[in-house]
Parts: sequence; structure tokens; C-alpha cells
Amino acid sequence: MPQIQIPSPLRQYSGKQASVHVPGKTVGEALAGLVEQHPDLKRHLYTEDGKLRAFVNVYVNDEDMRYLQKEATVLKDGDTISIVPSIAGGGCPPLRALSPLSLFRDLARRQTD
Amino acid sequence: MATLAEAKPEAVLSNDEILRYSRHLIMPEVGMDGQQKLKAAKVLCIGAGGLGSPLALYLGAAGVGTLGIVDFDVVDYTNLQRQIIHTTNDVGRKKLDSAADKLKALNPFLNLRMFETKLTSANALELFREFDIVADGTDNFPTRYLVNDACVLTGKPNVYGSIFRFEGQASVFATEDGPCYRCLYPEPPPPGLVPSCAEGGVLGILPGLIGVIQATETIKLILGQGDSLAGRLLLVDALGMKFRELKLRKNPDCPVCGTHRTITELIDYDQFCGIRGQEEPAGNDVPAISVEALKKKLDAKADVFILDVREPHEYQICNLKGYLIPLGDLAKRVNELDTSREIVAHCKMGGRSAKAVSFLRRAGFTKVYNLTGGILAWADRIDPKMPKY
Repeated sequence: MPQIQIPSPLRQYSGKQASVHVPGKTVGEALAGLVEQHPDLKRHLYTEDGKLRAFVNVYVNDEDMRYLQKEATVLKDGDTISIVPSIAGGGCPPLRALSPLSLFRDLARRQTD
Repeated sequence: MATLAEAKPEAVLSNDEILRYSRHLIMPEVGMDGQQKLKAAKVLCIGAGGLGSPLALYLGAAGVGTLGIVDFDVVDYTNLQRQIIHTTNDVGRKKLDSAADKLKALNPFLNLRMFETKLTSANALELFREFDIVADGTDNFPTRYLVNDACVLTGKPNVYGSIFRFEGQASVFATEDGPCYRCLYPEPPPPGLVPSCAEGGVLGILPGLIGVIQATETIKLILGQGDSLAGRLLLVDALGMKFRELKLRKNPDCPVCGTHRTITELIDYDQFCGIRGQEEPAGNDVPAISVEALKKKLDAKADVFILDVREPHEYQICNLKGYLIPLGDLAKRVNELDTSREIVAHCKMGGRSAKAVSFLRRAGFTKVYNLTGGILAWADRIDPKMPKY
């Protein structure tokens, strides 16, 4: 079963697990399995029309899936999928503007003081 | 190998410098030739914060001849947990002044260039052109993209490091044939989706770990030694103490460094990253109460229900004996609240509780107010004994 590495910003949506084993023959199937197990991850990984978000990079072992067969990339036994979101930290950043209330659930899950 | 006679006159080392750098000079990978390259090098550090502290200190100690720093911030107490170039006595001072003092004391041979300004699309190109290498120690997405694009446009390598809680990333972008930050992340996340360090916290040693990796890569680029991180993304997990690396490729469709470039000058990065304002607007548009008014009500034994929407670990630091429902749980625990009572919601500074008030008002609560300034305002103006964080 492929293993998916969850980065720390997203672990609050994966039951605090750093890695998750999910069945799947392809990267797409494994990611679908992941968000099925952890539905809260879905909106962080996918856009509303079901596409992977542009700032979320997915690697199979050490290779960017964009340079493989993307979500159709076939997985071998023991493959590790890594989700690598962009992070920006370096010190104390300015606070971000508010999003509309429709994003309340997104916003509510983070600490924004 | 170059000899002293071949070196540029300004890069010739004095006897004092030869003694200072002797542990470099006896290493074949550095030697006199390398130390002179270091002395001739001009490195610009963006930010004198968590990453910038170890970066500037190690680059200065190593003998990088010209060290520039861009920063416009002031040292505060919460910086000291990780920004090791600043000390308790520096709180309230400009970070540039504080950093300059430490660097001058560390190495009087340094040529320091301090730029007290925000890095912007208007000044970045001009600034970068004066340096050989840019080390990115910034803390937000708009500046990350600005630094990247300005590095690509001026042909300067971008030594990148980024941190979150106990994980970090490092790489070298925008070398001649290597990928840039946009090749890795073509678009920033929408504001609010990825928490920042101020929101998510950061382990104090982590910027040390990543900043030192950046300093190492910078020095390797100057020396022309070793294998740089260009084309590789190093992932550091301090909790598991695991270092992994991923392959990075130059994206032929990259808008700034690809074959069909659409970005040929600097853009508005705040707009690109969807930031509509630097200050927190929350709290202005929901019914609010001041800490003084709340104190008066509590002293008068008025029936006020205090709702604390912070996280349990924050409640442990200080609290107003409020009822704790973290903002993230509010939607599913809203039935624990009584719509008929007067509710004052608070958090640390008023941002999260403004969202809570807005949510509760829409959910039918009519007597719910936001505590302006949060528990920090209470600590400042009502109870000076309360710890602040």
C-alpha cells in the first residue's frame, strides 16, 4: 500500500498523522483514498471543481508528479507520495486579510490572531 | 589556483584577516583563493529575522566582504526566541541597528550595507544589481515571489529558506540553468489557507537550522565548491530529525524563467497573492465592546457570558475564565451557547473572535459582541499582571 507523507500544516486535518497508508494503483487513486479517510483535507488539496490546487505539489518518491504521468502515475510497492505545500515563514509576517464568510469553515480551522 | 599577486587589490587579506580566517585558509576547498572570493563577494540578505539572524552572523563570520541587509522592522520580545542576532537589550530598536552592532563586533572587516526599507517592486531590481547573491529570509508570499522574480530578472542566485512550525525547506533558485521558485510553485496559496508562523508558531531552533543551510549554500556558491541545492528541494523535519530531498526541474512553461516568458518586469505582488491589506481588518465590522466596558459590566455583576475562541494551549497561558470553544469548533458546538444571553467573545487580539461574532450573528445570536483588542488589550489596560504572549 502506498504511503502518503502529510506535511505539518495539513496534519491538523489528517488526525495529526504524519503519514497515512491508503490503497491505490495510481497517485490519483491514492489521493482520493486519502481525502476519503480524511474529508477535511479535501478542500485544502482540491479546488471546488475537483482539481489539485496549484500551490500543492505532489511527489512520488523524489520526483514531481507533474514530470511523471501526473495523477495517472502508476505506483509500485513501497512508493512514497509526499504532499509539499508552499510555506512562507521566516519571522513574523503581517496578518492576512479576511476572506468572505463562505470560507468560514476554512478560516475557522486556523488560528488567525 | 590564484595567488595573492593575482587577487584584486581590494580582496587582498591583511595579516589580521589571515589569522582570523586561518581555519579556512588551511582547507584546500577554501584556501587563500576562496577566502579572497569571499572577501570580494557581495551578499544581500532579505530580512534580519529568524532566517536572517544566522545567515548574517555566519556570512559575516566567514568573511563575506560586503553584506547587505534589507529590513524595516523593530525588535520585539517575541522575536528573541529565535532571532539570535538580537538581544533583550535591543527590544524596541530597529533590527538593522541591532544587527549592525552585532556584525561589527563580530567582524570589523565587514562592509555592511543597511537598507531600512520594505523590499518593493520599485526598489528590488536596483538593489539586487549591486549584489552577487540574494539570500531570502522573508516571511510572506508576496515578498517570496518578488525576491524570486527580481533574482531571475537580474540574474542573481536566490538562496531560499522557509519554515513552518518544525518543518523547513531550502533550495537555491534562479541559477543560470536551474529552476526558480515559480517553477516549484507557479501560484501562491489563496490568503488564509496556509497559516503563517505568527499564526501557526515556529520552533525557535528551526530558522537556525534552515538559515545555516542557506548560509552554507551561499558560501558554496561564492567558492564555486560542492554540489549546490540548485535543482533540489531540501525538506527538513526537525521533530523526526529527517532530511529528505526532492528533485526540482526548470519548468519550460514558467512565466518568469521559461521559454515563453510573460513576466518581464516586476508586478504588484500583493495583488498577485490576493492580499487586500496588510492590517487585520477584522473587528471593525462587527458589534464590539471595549475591555473597560466589559470590566464595568463584570464589576457590576451583570449577566455576561464570556466566550473564549482561542486554542486550549493559549487558554493555559492566560484567560478571563471564559467558556472555551476554539474558533474551529464553533460551528459544531454552537448549540452549547444560549442565544438569549449577552455574549462577549474574545481571542488574543480580536481577529478570531470577530469571525466568531460574525458567525454567531448570522446563526441568530443578537446579543454577541467582540472584545476589541482581545485578551492582550485586557492585559494592557485592565490587568497588568496578566502574562502576554
